[in-house]
Parts: sequence; C-alpha cells; structure tokens
Amino acid sequence: MQTSTLILVLLALSAVAYQLGRGRALQLVGGPRRRRDLHSLPAYYGLLTAVWCGLPALVVVAGWQLLDDRILTALVVDEMPAGTRALPPGELSLVLNDVRNLVAGNVAAESVTPAVAAAAQRWRRLDALGHLGASGLTLAVALAGGWLAWRRITPRLPARNHVERIAERVLLGCSLIAILTTIGIVLSVLWESIQFFRLVPVSEFVFGTQWSPQLAIRADQVGSSGAFGAVPLFAGTLLISAIAMLIAVPVGLFAAIYLAEYASRRFRTLAKPVLEVLAGIPTVVYGFFAALTVAPLLRLTGERLGLEVAAESALAAGLVMGIMIIPFVSSLADDMITAVPQSLRDGSYGLGATRSETIRRVVLRAALPGIVGGVLLAISRAVGETMIVVMAAGLSANLTANPLEAVTTVTVQIVTLLVGDQEFDSPKTLAAFALGLVLFLVTLALNIVALQVVRRYREQYE
Amino acid sequence: MNRPELQTVAASQQRVRERVGRSLRRRYRAERRFRACGLGAVLAGVLAVGGLFVSIVSTGYSVFWQTRITLDIQFVPEAVRAGDFTALVRAALRQQFPEVEGRQDLRQLYGLISDGAGYELRDRVAAEPGLSGTTAAIALLAADDVDQLRKGRSDRHAPEAERIISDRQLAWLDELDRRQRIHRQFNREFFTAGDSREPEQAGIRGALVGSFLTLLVTLLLSFPIGVAAAVYLEEFAPRNRLTDLIEVNINNLAAVPSIVFGLLGLAVFIQFFGVPRSAPLAGGLVLTLMTLPTIIIASRAAIRAVPPSIREAALGMGASPLQMVAHHVLPLALPGMLTGAIIGMARALGESAPLLMIGMVAFIADVPAGALSPATVLPVQVFLWADSPEPAFLERTSGAIIVLLVFLLLMNAAAVILRQKFERRW
Repeated sequence: MQTSTLILVLLALSAVAYQLGRGRALQLVGGPRRRRDLHSLPAYYGLLTAVWCGLPALVVVAGWQLLDDRILTALVVDEMPAGTRALPPGELSLVLNDVRNLVAGNVAAESVTPAVAAAAQRWRRLDALGHLGASGLTLAVALAGGWLAWRRITPRLPARNHVERIAERVLLGCSLIAILTTIGIVLSVLWESIQFFRLVPVSEFVFGTQWSPQLAIRADQVGSSGAFGAVPLFAGTLLISAIAMLIAVPVGLFAAIYLAEYASRRFRTLAKPVLEVLAGIPTVVYGFFAALTVAPLLRLTGERLGLEVAAESALAAGLVMGIMIIPFVSSLADDMITAVPQSLRDGSYGLGATRSETIRRVVLRAALPGIVGGVLLAISRAVGETMIVVMAAGLSANLTANPLEAVTTVTVQIVTLLVGDQEFDSPKTLAAFALGLVLFLVTLALNIVALQVVRRYREQYE
Repeated sequence: MNRPELQTVAASQQRVRERVGRSLRRRYRAERRFRACGLGAVLAGVLAVGGLFVSIVSTGYSVFWQTRITLDIQFVPEAVRAGDFTALVRAALRQQFPEVEGRQDLRQLYGLISDGAGYELRDRVAAEPGLSGTTAAIALLAADDVDQLRKGRSDRHAPEAERIISDRQLAWLDELDRRQRIHRQFNREFFTAGDSREPEQAGIRGALVGSFLTLLVTLLLSFPIGVAAAVYLEEFAPRNRLTDLIEVNINNLAAVPSIVFGLLGLAVFIQFFGVPRSAPLAGGLVLTLMTLPTIIIASRAAIRAVPPSIREAALGMGASPLQMVAHHVLPLALPGMLTGAIIGMARALGESAPLLMIGMVAFIADVPAGALSPATVLPVQVFLWADSPEPAFLERTSGAIIVLLVFLLLMNAAAVILRQKFERRW
C-alpha cells in the first residue's frame, strides 16, 4: 500500500473510532439524555478512542518511512556475494546505486552484471514484503489501539483529562523540534568534520595559508595540490564582512536616529517601509544586482581613477552585502533608541543641550549595549551570507587585504564543494562540513553574546 | 553704587554672551551637520532601493515580449508524417530568400529562427491535424540573438566582428521587417515553458511549480508545528531548564546562517533518511526547520497579545486549560499567527542557499509532477540563469526576479491587510 493511501486509511479508521467511542460512552449511560452521568463530554470519549487508534499507528508509519531504505540496504548487502561485500565503501555504494537504478527502472536489466540483477530482484522482493508487512503492522496497531481504548470506556473514565494529557505531550513534542534541529545541525557537521580531521590535521586546516581543495587525479596535474589551509577563506570572509559593516553600521545607525528623533510623522511613514523593502528582497536578487550593476560600475570607476579593480572584487560583494544589512541594523537600532526613556532626553534638554548633543551623549550612550548587540547580530548575518558572495565574489583563495582584488569566503567554498556530485569519503566533500562547523560555531558565539547583551539591555529599561 | 564696577560687570556679561553666542553658532552648525548626516543615510537607503529596482526592471521588463517571425509554412504531408518540422521551417525561410545559396549562408539564414520552432509546429499540428497539406502563415519564435537585436539589447551599429548577428543576417532581418513579417508579441512561453538551454525557449513554469510544491510542504509542516510549539511555550510550559533551553534554541536558530540548514538537510534528510535529492519534499523539510523559529516567535507574540481577562473568563466558566486555548485564545490569535506564517513563507520563497546543498540546483527541463520528482525553485532558477553565458539570459534572469518580487509583494501585502483587518487592539 502507498504511504499516502495508508495515511488516508488511518484517518478514516480514526474517524470511525471517534464515532464508536462516542457511541459507546453514550450507550453505557443509556443515551444522550443521561450524558450528565459521564465524567467528560461524549466527544472526549470519541477523541480518546480516535487518538489511540491513529497516533501509535502513525508512529509506526513514520518509523518505517525513515528506516526502510537502510533496512533494505543492509539486508540486500548481507545476501550479496562475499566478494562484493568486501569491497571498499565507495565501490559498494556504486554497486548499490546500480541496484537502486535497476529497481527504479532507470537502466535496462541487460546492462548490469548478474550479481546486481540478482540483488535487484532481492531488493524488489524485500521491498514488496516490507511494504506489505509495514501496512499490515500499521493497521493491526491501529485496530488494537482503538479496540483497547474502546474497551476501557466507562462512565467514570476521565476521558478529557486523558486527551488533554496526550495533547500537552504532543505540544511539548512540537516545541522540542527546536532542540532536535540544533542537535541535528551539530551532529551532522561534527560527524563529517571528524572524518575530515582524520584525513587533514586540524592545525593545517586552521593555520594553513594554501587552499586548493581539488585533488590531483594525475600526479603532474597543475594547481591541484589538495591543500586545505583555511586562512585565506577566513581572511576573505572577514574582509567582505568588514566592508559590509562599514557601509551598514553608519548608514543604518544614522537612518535610525533620523527616523526616530528628527523625521516628521509623514516622512517616517513614507521612508520606513521603503527601507524595510530592502530587508524583504531575496539575497539571490542582491547577488544578481552586485554582479550585474555594482561590479561593472566599480570597474569603470576604477579604470577612470587608474586603479585595477577585479571583476569579482571584494568591494562589490561587500558593498551590496552592506546594503542588504542596512535595514537589519536600522530596525534594531530603532528599537533600542525608542526604548530609551524620554526622561533622559528631557533632562539633557533641560541642561541646554542641543538635539544632536542629546542624541550623541545621552541617547546613544544609553542605547549602546543594545546597539552593540544588534551590530553583533548583523556581523553574524554578514559572515553567514551566501548568495551574494557566491554570485559576486571570487572562487580562488587569495590571501589579501586589498578590497579591489577577488577573494573567496567560507560560504562560497561550502557551496562550490557541495554543488554537484558528492562523495562522502573524499576530503573535498568533507572539507565543506568542516567549514560549516567553523561557520556554525562562529555565528553561534556571536548570536549568544548578542542575544545576552540585548536581553540585559531590554531588562534595564523595562 | 559706583559705575566702574557696573561697567566691568556689564563688560564681562557681554563677553560671556559673545562666547556663548560663538559656541552656540558652532553647536548649531554641528546640529545641522548631524541632521544632514541622518537625512543622508535615509536617502542613501532609499537610493539603494531605487537603484536596485531600476537596474532589475530596466533589464527585465522586455522579457514579457518576444520577437516572432511570420513565415508561410507549407505543411507537406510527408514531412508532417515523418515529424521533420525543422525542414518545413527551413523551406519557408528559403522561400523568403530564394537567392541564398551555399551551406554557410543557409546556416546563417536558418539561424534567424529558434531551434524550438520545429517543436512549436509539431504541437500546432497535433492540436489541429487538419493543417497537414495546407499552407499557413505562422509566427515562429525568433532566435535569441535576433530577439535581443530587435529589443535594442545588442548594438546593430557595432563593427561586424563584435556582433553575433552578421551583416547578411541584418540585411535579411531588415528585408523581413519591410515585408512586415517581424512582430513582437506577449511572451506567453515565459510562463508556460520549463527551463531550457536556449534562452528564447526558457520559461519559469517548472520553477514556479517547484516553488509552489516546496512551499506547500513547508506550510503544511511548519504552521501546525510552529503554532503547537508557541501554544505550549506560552500557555502550558512550566518555567524550568527544559523550556529555557527550548527558548534559547529558538532564538539561536533564528540567527543561524541558512546555508548551515542546507548542510543539515544534506547530512540528515538526504544521507540518513534517504529523501530523494532535488525533490520539493527535501527542500520543504529544510525550509520548515528554517521558518519554524519565525513562525513560533510571531505566534507567541500573537498569543501574548490576547488579554488575560479572556483566559480568566474561560477558566472561570469551568473550561479546562486546553479548552480555553482551543476555544478562545487560538481564534483570537489566529490573524496574528497567519500574518507570521505568511511572512515566514515569503522568506522561504526567497531562500536559495540551503537548496543549493540538497541538489535543487540541477538543470531540470520538465515541470515537476509531485513532491518527490526533481525540481528547482524560482530563486535557484534566477541563480542558474545568472550563471549562463548567453546575453539573452540576462533578460530572463531579471524577468524571473520581477516575477519573484511580485509574488513577495503580494504575500507581504496580504500579511499587511490581514493585520489591519483582523488585528484587534485590546
């Protein structure tokens, strides 16, 4: 049975269980007139039966869906000839791919070895068997659960309390997904990174200044030394982020100050949404804008001034990234500035300070922790930004501080290493996960510090 | 009183006044400078928005028209039966310019019409079998270089060596123009075709359907889960270590770079759970994890905005906590939650970096049939076209961006309307 049909059947069964449970509760007390004798509303008895019918069965379905591929693979590999099983993991996965392709009908049966054909045969048989077994098990669990719940119904059964306890558990489960996601991120990048650091020492990765992840296929190949020194990537990321922050912080901060302290109501209602539009534009659009408009413009300007500007200069990517971050900085700074109590301003005005003096010496100083937190969050944004740099920054790892040259970043390298075919045993693919680990740790540290600072600041004035 | 003393007091007052006056002038100048800086910053932001839109719209607006060349096609029954429609197109071109001879010249002549013209004719005949054996004037898709030239995107006065269109082709085009055989019409194919290697045949249908399927998966998963998590955290959670941990996690996940979610999707969903690569299901799962924090945070704010008096009234009438939430708090908080969900979906629609990791970046010409078939999404289509060397793809890229921005605009407008119409101030 298809999974979708199975789920539909389960839903139908639950609906029937609801009716049965409700009916039984009413029948036990002798009809709807005497429903006051029940502990809970009749619907709760129905719900309880339906939940016991549907929920455990859904867990079975989900478990089967998640694991069937792995179980099948293990079983098929187990029955393969010893010679095939002894193959290194890379080649074994190639064989398994052949099997899968054959099962899916992507290749003709004549084009594969007999062993693969036999394995595919076994795969098909096991798959059909597994599907049948899983469907049967699911239905059995559903019927058993529903029947047990139905049998337990008595007029004194606190059905509402049961249902509510289950509902609360489900709600808790949903909020636990946040933790599971974090664990998933950490495990997935950590696991592959550990594999990577088995092949490449940590010290080379962190301190090496040569980055050229293409492995040489032939010994005499040029430019494919397979070096994994990530310093040029860190430097490139820092350079581009620094340019972006040089644009975004002053512009965003001044814009927030002007809109919060000076602008008339009308001007604010006009200008604020326009700035917020910048926050809603997809990053791929910024990337295209950088490559299409900004980079050629900078190149042209550079030529006029007699400067050599690379086509994929760090300046273009940083500039556009700065534009992207402006609304982020300005809306956070706006929050922080408006949170400063009016009494501080009034005190400053009373001493004869002008508006700008009040803003600079009183408001900004009071809002400083919050603004610093916001800037830290913005930096973490800039470091993790991907599409702009993929489209507008370079690919080759240059160790330079010149913003007119092309540099590459951590995110660009992750994308270039992982787009296309991946082999999970080559250091090239694993390197992407090591870079991801660094990226995750750096942004996590920035976020935690920033959120702490912002929270403490908010508490100060609330 | 003696006068000299008075005079010195007056003089010192005068001096003080002058000093204050001077410093006041300086301070007012500083005030004006500061203010101008602020205004300049706002204007710089507005200018950036303007520059972005102008550059995208000016390169992309022309994608909505496409050049077509009308030719008299003789539907020779033998060729129709053999399916050789390209030959029909070529014959019609030769008929326009009987004087052209030689392989080189003929190839240039054939180059005026898109390679896809044969397929257009095939579909036409399939729809109208009666055409076979007749002659009909049919507007055929022009090649991308011709289209770009007609739209003024490539300079016809440039020296021939720098042009893709040769002098001879230019002359033929001018002649066709004189015979009124070149037209521009609305580019329907841009919305009905899948991706293609040929710019003039490439459309966004596949990417639109892919985006729709991906967002559908995202919405179906993230909205119920997000609302449930928000309800738990706001209404039921005891204050303990676990709930603190959940809160910290949600806030952190909201700021984790999107590409890290792509790594998670690759390692967990595709490697471990065996979800098919490039499928909207995989993309939807990744985007669900990404949008969950947004939806949870917005839903919590909406729940918090429901005044406690309503909860107390419900509890006072004997409702259980779950009944209170389901019957009273949730309906009142729903508009706010929906607004948050729409904003989260808008962000998911524009997201592309994590989808590159899970293989939604492959060239896929077919329109995806379901959540498990390979697909790409609109922003990734933009990325793919932006990488293409043909100049005609520039226009397609900007056109796709315009469509993407229109969708985002509609979604955000829906969120604003929803908020204004249903949000209650208590």
